[in-house]
Amino acid sequence: MSTPNNPVVGMPSQSGGQQTGEPVRLTVEQASYAYHTKGNTAPVFTLAATSFEARQREIVTILGPNASGKSTLLKLIAGSLEPLSGRVELEGFEISRLNPRTRAQRIAMVHQESPLLFPTRAGEYVLQGRHPYSRMMRFETENDIQIAENALAQVGATHLRDRWMHEISGGEKQRVILARALAQQPILLLLDEPTLHLDIGAQVELLERLRQLALENRYTVIVVTHELSLAAEFADQVVLMHNGKCLRVGTPAEVYRRDLLEQVFEAPLDVDIGPEGRPRVHIRGTKTGRPAPILMQDKLF
Amino acid sequence: MKPLTLSRLFWICGSLLTVLFVVVVVALKVGAVPISIADLALNLGRVILGRASQVPSEYRFVVFDLRLPRIFLAMLVGGALSVSGTSFQALLRNPLADPYVLGVSSGGAVGAIMGLIFAPQIPLVAPLAAFLGAIATIAAVYFLGRRKGQLDSTTLLLAGIISASFLSAVISFLVTTLAGQNLRGIVFWLMGDLSTPLPDALHWVLLAGLILGVGAIYTTAADLNVITAGEREAIHLGVDVTRVKLVVYVSASLLTGLAVSVSGAIGYVGLLVPHAMRMLFGSDYRVLIPSSMIGGAIALVAADTLARTVMKPTELPVGAVTAILGAPFFIYLLRRRLQ
Repeated sequence: MSTPNNPVVGMPSQSGGQQTGEPVRLTVEQASYAYHTKGNTAPVFTLAATSFEARQREIVTILGPNASGKSTLLKLIAGSLEPLSGRVELEGFEISRLNPRTRAQRIAMVHQESPLLFPTRAGEYVLQGRHPYSRMMRFETENDIQIAENALAQVGATHLRDRWMHEISGGEKQRVILARALAQQPILLLLDEPTLHLDIGAQVELLERLRQLALENRYTVIVVTHELSLAAEFADQVVLMHNGKCLRVGTPAEVYRRDLLEQVFEAPLDVDIGPEGRPRVHIRGTKTGRPAPILMQDKLF
Repeated sequence: MKPLTLSRLFWICGSLLTVLFVVVVVALKVGAVPISIADLALNLGRVILGRASQVPSEYRFVVFDLRLPRIFLAMLVGGALSVSGTSFQALLRNPLADPYVLGVSSGGAVGAIMGLIFAPQIPLVAPLAAFLGAIATIAAVYFLGRRKGQLDSTTLLLAGIISASFLSAVISFLVTTLAGQNLRGIVFWLMGDLSTPLPDALHWVLLAGLILGVGAIYTTAADLNVITAGEREAIHLGVDVTRVKLVVYVSASLLTGLAVSVSGAIGYVGLLVPHAMRMLFGSDYRVLIPSSMIGGAIALVAADTLARTVMKPTELPVGAVTAILGAPFFIYLLRRRLQ
């Protein structure tokens, strides 16, 4: 493939420059992976060597269509997979070698929600975020409760505390799930398709909240998504994935090139630069018409 | 936010133990020979004060040789079955899981009978073989219950029910080929029965097994809370899911095996009691495990007392009583889940 395979690493961002000078948190260096169905057969999916760095207070989106390798990359970062080659390090420690508890004290993951087996109240759910810190008898301390309360407050969900998880709306649930991740007091916050079941208002609200949290709590935030427009609007860095390869790493303005996006998303697209220097993506010929998120939803769902 | 505290846990267990005490007193009192509370207190007092020789011999026989060991056995078996039910519910992510419904009890029974046929000379062969039978069955049901690599709720229940019926057929086969056995005894045992007196030593083995099994499961209680909110998420919250599952599978099979080896397949205790406890005290496994153990003891002592008394002097097998009460409850839960 003729696409460039030497990613631009650690470029200063155009979003106000708050990341410049911030220390590097996450280093992904030539990390690769291969899935096998059975022992000696050829791999059914491979992730080619990928490299990028993420700094404190930075939002990085891993962008790509379905089956592009973005979830595999996220699993390598979360430490649930060990890279076949290369290294994935958090502040100099290899993530897959950390013991599960230590890892959970540093890295929090927000999944698309799983069904709960038994009815649980939102407050209890958030308290589970303190699990990696619990000691022998595992009773929550005053401190744990305070941290959980603060986490709920930070996502604006204090009023949901005593509600049942199965009775609140999708957007509210997403906030509570995020609060549980905050209660882990991580330094690296990972989100897997967090906007999937949210309406556009809730999507924007979530990403604005993530940006604010990254700033206030000094998180490094990694978001896996296929929403072109949201990534353009909120990411400091974009890691563009296609067919198990990382095609480009850089600021949205660097990555959002028409030929590249058209190749990856297999749709006729136009890219122009908005007033704040952030790219805007449209279906070709409808610059004032349909924005890209709707296109992506039509195409993929 | 009302998190669990040690005093709340003690409060809950204390209240349940009080209920258990009342149920035990009633169980000692009623029966073919009714005994007044005053007599009971007097004679229990004599035993506690070390004056057992003053207890009239007919009392000693009825209360201490017949009723008390049976109540003790019901408590152990009820506790074991309930804790193993509540554990299977978390692990298999299925609120309808129960050692009886999943066929684990029948697996234990096959193990126990095989042990008694092929190696009757080995001490404790019945509980050991029942444990092996139980663990083999839950492994089989687990693999049969998966669809496309995922545990599927409905497939799992079907796998359990099919296994149970297959294993019951194996038991019938084994029993009918055994000549000269007490057929009524065997049939009673199959339906779940507490009336066969056990050697004293076996009571202690059972108690040790119960403490060991429940203790091991209890060490994972906080992990189980996280696992019931999603296995994938639990890994990211620092839970060693593989280790927890292994500990709980082995311990729950041990509890089922022990219970089955002394009392046969008593159904629905492991389903009914944990649900009742969840309704009363919530789904926190740190409360659910001890409360299910005491609740199971209460339920089975009560059910066995009913079994002894409703048609006195004829006794019903206690498994029939729990099934009559439990099966409709199972259907109710299933219907509610389907809606």
